[in-house]
Amino acid sequence: MQIPVEGFMYPNEVELQWSVLIVLYPFITGLVAGAFILASLERVFRVRAVKPTYRLALLTALAFLLVAPLPLQLHLGHPERSFEMYLTPHRSSAMAMFGFVYLWYLMAVLLLEIWLDYRRDIVLKAQSTSGLTRVVYRALTLGSSNISDRSLSIDDRVGYVITLIGIPSAFLLHGYVGFIFGSVKANPWWSSPLMPIVFIFSAMVSGIAAVMLLYMASTKLRGKEIDIRCVDVIAQYLFYTFVIDFSLEMVDLLQRIYEADESFRSLDFMVHTRLWTSQVIIQILLGTVTPIVMLGLTQVVKMSEAARKRIYAIAGSLTVVGIFAMRWNVVIGGQLFSKSFLGYTTYKMGFATREGLLTAIVLMLLPFAILWVLVKLLPPWPDATSHASGTAPAHGTT
Amino acid sequence: MEITRRRLLVLLPAAAVAWKYIQAGTPEASPNYKLSEHWWGMLIDIPKCIGCGSCVRACSAENDVPDGYFRTWIERYHVPDWAIERPEVESPNGGKDGFPPNQSTGKNFFVPKLCNHCADSPCTQVCPVGATFVSPDGVVLVDKNYCLGCRYCVQACPYGCRFINPKTNTAEKCTLCYHRITKGLTTACAEVCPTGARQLADLKNPSDPIHEFLKTHSVQVLKPHMATGAKVFYNGMDGSVR
Repeated sequence: MQIPVEGFMYPNEVELQWSVLIVLYPFITGLVAGAFILASLERVFRVRAVKPTYRLALLTALAFLLVAPLPLQLHLGHPERSFEMYLTPHRSSAMAMFGFVYLWYLMAVLLLEIWLDYRRDIVLKAQSTSGLTRVVYRALTLGSSNISDRSLSIDDRVGYVITLIGIPSAFLLHGYVGFIFGSVKANPWWSSPLMPIVFIFSAMVSGIAAVMLLYMASTKLRGKEIDIRCVDVIAQYLFYTFVIDFSLEMVDLLQRIYEADESFRSLDFMVHTRLWTSQVIIQILLGTVTPIVMLGLTQVVKMSEAARKRIYAIAGSLTVVGIFAMRWNVVIGGQLFSKSFLGYTTYKMGFATREGLLTAIVLMLLPFAILWVLVKLLPPWPDATSHASGTAPAHGTT
Repeated sequence: MEITRRRLLVLLPAAAVAWKYIQAGTPEASPNYKLSEHWWGMLIDIPKCIGCGSCVRACSAENDVPDGYFRTWIERYHVPDWAIERPEVESPNGGKDGFPPNQSTGKNFFVPKLCNHCADSPCTQVCPVGATFVSPDGVVLVDKNYCLGCRYCVQACPYGCRFINPKTNTAEKCTLCYHRITKGLTTACAEVCPTGARQLADLKNPSDPIHEFLKTHSVQVLKPHMATGAKVFYNGMDGSVR
């Protein structure tokens, strides 16, 4: 396949190394980190209004985290050797720590926190169901069926501590992904000390927006009323985080424009040509400025509930699209120009190939399928919890 | 177990087969080569390069380099005297088939490129499993039986010297013909260069002519601001080369 080249590329640079799957990797881990931070708002920072989304946020984080390593695995030339990263990690490599950061976050933070939070419900379900469902719930109790007040209070305290540890861990997870790119000194599009920080804030933005949308959509699907106070508060946090994220990106951009180092002319040309649609139109105008203005309006103009909900839905969707475009522009944009700064290549995405569009779509749908199973298994709805507690004594005595 | 004559007769051939198997897995010995006595690099004499492409072809044949990928290549520069920062550069098929006649006037020259075998190489720094490494004699190598094919090293190389071999799905690059230089030979590219524009250099060997050359000429490395400890030295390199 002939790849169109403009100007001069070093001969080995013509073919892009990191495909759309590597775009998905920071996008997915960003959603994980952001969803967890939203959950911690309720748990640690006592923002009671967002409680209806607490469990949904945790399950969303888990569903996406389970999928996070898949795009990397599919991308590797030798996936069967990936386990070597655990056995013989190269300590100077930013990438070598991925497995450990991932496992830490999955096992020590997310799974533990979800288990502790749901333990009471799981035990009650194990007592009240029968057949295969009972077996599943009994297995999920991990042999711990004590749900006395004292035991639950310990769960709560331990869960609180885990969330406390979880916040820096979420920052670590995504800041680390930013560092993988930001530490490549050979690539001026990536090399920036701001990269990990921008990644953390953009992760928060995408995760908060995704959970807000999921909450609104799932509540609608269940035929329940959306808790407007809850989405108001989430939208407020989304707005503030987005303003910080956008400011950081603008600081980075201004610095680059003003410094205008040896790479500037080349990168500037790239933004005005190959990245114009994905960066300027989709990422900045549609995916950042528009939702910020929309969310900002809801903060200063009095609007009806229906209007606010509509704005949150549109702004949230644009935000998620905008953050995806940001990941695309970082990963793909960083490979379109030559390190000689004299030319540009083109990204040709396959369709039904190992790293093609179809694979990317399946990988993006997979977390939703997992989330559906998780939601069926561990209902995150506030009414489900009250229902369980209401029926508890009856089952407890039978 | 008691070793009887009968058992010994069965065991000996089995042991011989096993020994042969072990031997087959050990690298070929170079008895006279001591890793600690060498520190390899290369000298590229730009004014001597005529862009014939012999080095690219020799490298490709010697190392079975797949078509469209390059362990070494040649670039032709044309530098307008009013725009040193914007040279016109071309490298059709890596210069493997030479270059078409040049009609443009002004400063024209060829620049052979290869892995710089950096002492502080960013590619080895980022490898998640240490599959690529700097050997004790200063050559950056890749263990293709260990490489994951994550391509992080390709991204980290500032010079565009690495690629993923489509046959092995692992990272590949110039080895400075390690299989030759450890046996006292020079690299394939230096061997065939008709003008001596490429010269293998052993920086630890006091009698290597490189020392006299470095003393008497102004040489540079590519992208010195990257601070990679590059060991491919360029004589007569124009400021426009990147």
